[in-house]
Amino acid sequence: MTKNEFAVIGRPLPKIDAWAKVVGETKYADDLFLPRMAYAKLLRSAHAHARIRSIDTSRARALPGVLAVVTAADLPRVKFGILPVSQDEEALCAEKVRMVGDAVAAVAAIDEETAEQASRLIDVDYEPLPALMSIFESLAHPEVRIHEYGDGPNVHKNVALQFGDVDSAFDGADLVREDVFFFEGNNHLPMEQHAAVAHWASDGKLTLWSSTQTPHYVHRVLAKVLDTPAAHIRVIATPVGGGFGGKTDPFSHEIVACQLSKLTGRPVKIALTREEVFYTHRGRHPVLMWIKTGFTRGGDITGCHLRTWLDGGAYGSYGVASTFYTGVINPVTYKIPVYKFEAARIFTNKPPCGPKRGHGTPQPRFALECQLDKAAEQLGLDPAEMRRRIVAEPFTKTANHLTVTTIGLGECIDKVVEASGWRDKRARYGMSARSDRAERRSPKRRGLGIACSAYLTGAGTAIYWNDMPHSGVIARADRGGGVTVLCGATDIGQGSDSILAYLTAEVLGIEPKDVHVHPADTSLTPVDLGSYSSRVTLMCGMAAIQAAERLRDAIFKAVARKLEVSPAVLVARERRIGVPDDWDRAVPFARAVELGEALHGVLAFPGSYAPPKRAGKYKGGGVGPSPCYSYSACVVELTVDEETGTVDLENVWIGHDVGRALNPLLVEGQVEGSVYMGIGEALMEEQVFRKNLHKQPSMLDYKSPTTLETPEIHTILVETDDPEGPFGAKEAGQGPLLPVIPAIANAIHHALGIRIDEVPITPDKILKALDLKRAGKPARVGPERLPLLTFKEPLVVESAFGRPADAVVSRPFAQ
Amino acid sequence: MKVRVALNVNGESREALVPVHKTLLEVLREDLGLTGTKHGCELGECGTCTVLLDGEPALSCLALPVEIEGFRITTVEGMAEGGQLHPLQQAFAELGAAQCGYCTPGILLTATALLAERPSPTRQEVKEALAGNLCRCTGYTKILDAVELAALRMGRQEARA
Repeated sequence: MTKNEFAVIGRPLPKIDAWAKVVGETKYADDLFLPRMAYAKLLRSAHAHARIRSIDTSRARALPGVLAVVTAADLPRVKFGILPVSQDEEALCAEKVRMVGDAVAAVAAIDEETAEQASRLIDVDYEPLPALMSIFESLAHPEVRIHEYGDGPNVHKNVALQFGDVDSAFDGADLVREDVFFFEGNNHLPMEQHAAVAHWASDGKLTLWSSTQTPHYVHRVLAKVLDTPAAHIRVIATPVGGGFGGKTDPFSHEIVACQLSKLTGRPVKIALTREEVFYTHRGRHPVLMWIKTGFTRGGDITGCHLRTWLDGGAYGSYGVASTFYTGVINPVTYKIPVYKFEAARIFTNKPPCGPKRGHGTPQPRFALECQLDKAAEQLGLDPAEMRRRIVAEPFTKTANHLTVTTIGLGECIDKVVEASGWRDKRARYGMSARSDRAERRSPKRRGLGIACSAYLTGAGTAIYWNDMPHSGVIARADRGGGVTVLCGATDIGQGSDSILAYLTAEVLGIEPKDVHVHPADTSLTPVDLGSYSSRVTLMCGMAAIQAAERLRDAIFKAVARKLEVSPAVLVARERRIGVPDDWDRAVPFARAVELGEALHGVLAFPGSYAPPKRAGKYKGGGVGPSPCYSYSACVVELTVDEETGTVDLENVWIGHDVGRALNPLLVEGQVEGSVYMGIGEALMEEQVFRKNLHKQPSMLDYKSPTTLETPEIHTILVETDDPEGPFGAKEAGQGPLLPVIPAIANAIHHALGIRIDEVPITPDKILKALDLKRAGKPARVGPERLPLLTFKEPLVVESAFGRPADAVVSRPFAQ
Repeated sequence: MKVRVALNVNGESREALVPVHKTLLEVLREDLGLTGTKHGCELGECGTCTVLLDGEPALSCLALPVEIEGFRITTVEGMAEGGQLHPLQQAFAELGAAQCGYCTPGILLTATALLAERPSPTRQEVKEALAGNLCRCTGYTKILDAVELAALRMGRQEARA
């Protein structure tokens, strides 16, 4: 089907929830007020690492207005965590705290102020333990154990995989580079602080409304930690006021609110402060990286060996997946025939890191793309042309056995090169450029940099192994001609509710306004695993299409009988169903539903989606496979001031292969938001600690870009019509962040001839590099040492590089 | 200690009995049921809780109701008139300027004040006016586009009138 045959797909329609959002009607979790509702506060540890000797709650209980006080003693002693392999969290710590901000007790009171006052009256006797605040400290002190499990003292996970013989690949190279990089951690900084309302009703059933991206996983965890049948628990994800991965774990405040509701017999609300959000974290891992790559004279990669060390913080969270993600996606972008990857995640006494937009991949992307820039310079190649030459082949497998389908990266590169005036500006700007006297007197230097990336469209495997759908939809037609779509998907602002409406309307020939979407309610909606890993448009979309097609087939059968034609000749469009050549007799959709219901009974049809089973047949092969991958190329134009070290971004051109833009307005919004977030990470955002405390746990001190730091973003969408996606669509919400950060670093090098091999690239680092340059030393600022850690003996697997993608892809539930 | 405050909110006279230190943000949300005004930091840093006081943007998380009796308070719920959306609301919806929507009320009100003062602002002027309102979803691009579109439409309306 060509683009202009669609009625809804490809049109820049408003989101279906846009109207509620612009008038302030959308109810986020903290906007819920229930009769008799109590308010809860957590008491959090002020110690980074300490044993809990005793907790005395008597003074808090005595405060008028206090309804209940709980500690670990009041909860089942069950640990939890998002990944089955890392069940290491407690709703309230029982014996030990592992970070400042760990919850140790909670209070429910008649109002928030009383709850807070009471929490300060709880006396906790701590025995402080040494706090390990960095990868180096944690490895240097194996005698201090943050957790008792893992792959060694304070080592959460140790991974080593090898695909082909990297040593001979380096032997055959004309240039071998080894570089070291550091990527500082940062926070999601969603505008909405996490909030939840729990109501354990008198019938013994529990309802939790929460600002979560993963209601299904919260549902499972509540059943486990509250020792209550999942059948009696309902989790509703309220519209999420920004997530970016920060609301993807089950959290202690959600569990505690439920328990307090049970004890008080009232609904209980808990809303985190901004400071608590910084300590709840689960943001970008700080990652140290060593990368060794071999190149031919022409710029081809002969092989790559990557080592990453992740500062995981105090708990597992998604960390095992994050660890794999620092390695497994790199081979998807370029032709890398052999690949070796070693990684370790280290526990520290800081808030746990987890998934943030790009989950584990922006860090190695920064390393690889900066190294490519250095190699291109050494080889005398244009960095854009070099990348263009080494783009991976579509419908092949990577060295690490990932199946890649469509690749629009070449076109993305061509388009950003063209739109940015790359060749002309590369010659005019920067160190090598000839400039007139006036320009030489000014401290401002302009630069242009490029980088590319790839990202998955949904994880190919679920968080817990199972054979069930990853996403489910029920489409139900009502006699008025409306269609209700029930789906567990969670709209976090990306527009998943709207996508469900567009796809359903497209298939049924009705308007998106005719579709009522009811999302993210574990009692009403089929499971969707959650809004993470850029999976929602593809997986919910495919399930929605299947459900809508089944509904359409049933209606067609009834209309065909009425019109005395074959169902095969019918089409659905303009809210009618009929034969195109005899459109006057077409039946209005509402009438068609009545005919369908008279023939079949109730019209409600399920759609299910699970990704094709393509996991590599080796241990660890489950992380990385995806139905398809998106591609992005980015050119950044900026000015750096040599006197102040400040970077002024002027323009960002971003080409993104989205497969098909189901709604170009929404795709552009995702791309622009990703670019913006990449800019923040590249230039200013950092989650750092001083004396065991977060150095800047407020929105003023934690710098993020405002309108004034955000440049003009020029988005170019490339469509490759991927066979795996709904109407050919791939992801757009995470991938476009990835190339922005190295493109900025590369543009700064172009402007000044300096290399800042760590982010954020702050003015002090630029000035330091310029000082080094003036002193005739290597003009580089970046990590100087690497941790001493023995990686595992690698699992050696044959490289699958260049093998054709499997011809027939079997997908569960496709029929 | 509780005090009785009389507030003019969206053209309506409202009264509330509130602790003297309770902020306008909390009174709007908890006592008057106007949850369209959101909180992002409660320290006056993010602009999310912006309302208008006599047409000027103000951070409701830093304002005490006792100080602002007599002011005309406008929240996002007061922007549409007679079921007719404000041109800014219309443009924000049409252009996808609201993603998660959480910062949207504050930005809409800040932009309302800008357009009242400068009916045809340059893009740089829009950026400067909105520099105190953080948004984490949009990269601001569609927000700036929407303010410009609304300004254009309001200018046309004006010209017709």
